[in-house]
Amino acid sequence: MANLSERRPSNALSLASISKMAVPKVCGIETEYGIFVTGADVTPMMASSLLVNAYSDGGLSLRAWDFGNEQPSMDARHGWDPQADYPEVEVLMANSVLTNGARFYVDHAHPEVSTPECLTPTEVVLYDRAAEEIVRTSLDRANLRLGDSVTLLAHKNNSDGKGNSYGCHENYLVSRDTPFGYLATCISTHFVTRQIFCGAGKVGVEMSREGEAWVPFQLSQRADFFEEPIGLETTIRRPIVNTRDEPHCDPERWRRLHVIVGDANMSEFATFVKVGSTALILAVIEDGRFPENLWIDDSVTHIRKVSHDPSLQHAIPVADGRNLTALQIQRELWQVVRDWLNSGNVDPTDGDADRVMEIWLTMLDGLDADPLTVAHLIDWVAKKRLIDAMSLRHNLTVEHPKLRAIDLQYHDMRVEKCLALKSGLAKMFDQEDVLRAMTEPPATTRAYFRGECIRRWPDQVVSANWDSVVFDSGEPQLQRVPMMDPLKGTLKHVGQLLNSVDTVKQLLDALGAESVEGVIEDSGW
Amino acid sequence: MQERIRPQKPDHSSSDSDTTDASTTSASSSNQLKDDLDDLLDEIDEVLETNAEEFVKNYVQKGGE
Repeated sequence: MANLSERRPSNALSLASISKMAVPKVCGIETEYGIFVTGADVTPMMASSLLVNAYSDGGLSLRAWDFGNEQPSMDARHGWDPQADYPEVEVLMANSVLTNGARFYVDHAHPEVSTPECLTPTEVVLYDRAAEEIVRTSLDRANLRLGDSVTLLAHKNNSDGKGNSYGCHENYLVSRDTPFGYLATCISTHFVTRQIFCGAGKVGVEMSREGEAWVPFQLSQRADFFEEPIGLETTIRRPIVNTRDEPHCDPERWRRLHVIVGDANMSEFATFVKVGSTALILAVIEDGRFPENLWIDDSVTHIRKVSHDPSLQHAIPVADGRNLTALQIQRELWQVVRDWLNSGNVDPTDGDADRVMEIWLTMLDGLDADPLTVAHLIDWVAKKRLIDAMSLRHNLTVEHPKLRAIDLQYHDMRVEKCLALKSGLAKMFDQEDVLRAMTEPPATTRAYFRGECIRRWPDQVVSANWDSVVFDSGEPQLQRVPMMDPLKGTLKHVGQLLNSVDTVKQLLDALGAESVEGVIEDSGW
Repeated sequence: MQERIRPQKPDHSSSDSDTTDASTTSASSSNQLKDDLDDLLDEIDEVLETNAEEFVKNYVQKGGE
């Protein structure tokens, strides 16, 4: 097992070279849903395609994702050649881009929704909720088509309880100037300990290690699946810090930190604080202010041990020699961020910081006093409460399949079956806001341009991806508009322009398109 | 620094009937939850898959990502 010292860049991270400038935390979430069919023998690929196509067949999306710039094998560690098993890009599966700027597609054997790029944790929660409604709408449509004897189900979870896991990945824009080894070492402390408030809870243990005690319930769906502290893979030998370096924007200025270690949350506030706390800590790291005394050695062991102990007593040795629980570490991280914000730094979450800090602290205080006081905020507490109460009522043994069924059904996307929806979780949004976000893009990132172009000119957007939109304006050549800055293409930036033109040709003329190597390419932004 | 606007962002200060103030209602929420627990368990007994053992056994996913 790699230890911390192997991950430290030589000569200690040369803090002087750090830019000391946190960048706005453009962020988003990609969620793979569990897919299950009763009454027919259908492959998960086909079932996933049925689901995604049910949405686009209703005219709700455009089947036109552009794979031109996908490079999932790019590694953040320069010169690194790990013989990695990186995913092949699949171009034949159902793949669509939505007017809200999101992507809805089949990734291997799962339906997946990627939210549009957002500027705040609040927006991420809104679009993650919109993604749930998109999946629900697709399920309804697909099941109507399949008839009574066959039923398609989807679960927003991360494990089947039998050793198979699928991801809920967060993405954060970070400065290219921050040394990646330093960033990875610092953020690992948060990834090992944040599961006390953003774990989705799981009955039992998977991928058991020799000599490890079985536990009836643990904090996280995902913790059992991490085998390396850092690496490029996402499907095998999963690393706590993923090094995929595919920024989908100007690579000279930014990285996209691809976070694969998290659970899919049913609690909106869990998603909010998961994304908010991580964004803020990343900004502190970019500013060179992360407390190195909280670095953790052997993150792979401790992420499991923290998850396997719902009493929250597991102590982790930190770099300064103390043994601290995950809760104590989280309290220190909270204080570091509070001090950093108080010292006048610009909020990298565009105004959400105070609310993130407030609810993060509410969660930590609640966990300290009595976790049941935050059962309305934290998924693992809400789920454990149901499991414990049902065990007591029916006198169930800890291995009774009914408990595993409750775990599964907590994440069921059918409204009438979803136990999370019945468990008393607090909500951040009215349903009408969520329904609007199914079709309207966020105004604050390039997702606005992508989504609005698809809404206005669905027949003339040939394809789109994160960093460009390709148009057919009726000219002999297709025209690509690159969007290498995720903070441009916003309502502020292009709203007036979009409203001032009637046709794609007028839009492209206004943007100043020019010919590049056979395609007409706009100079972009 | 980029100028930003967000007309779609919900106003946290509004007293929307559906949304909950996470930070101040925890204690009362908790008591309320305890009171409602029996009703909730009745409902779970109603909606839980009828053959839980079979459902759990058959629920197999391919690894993803």
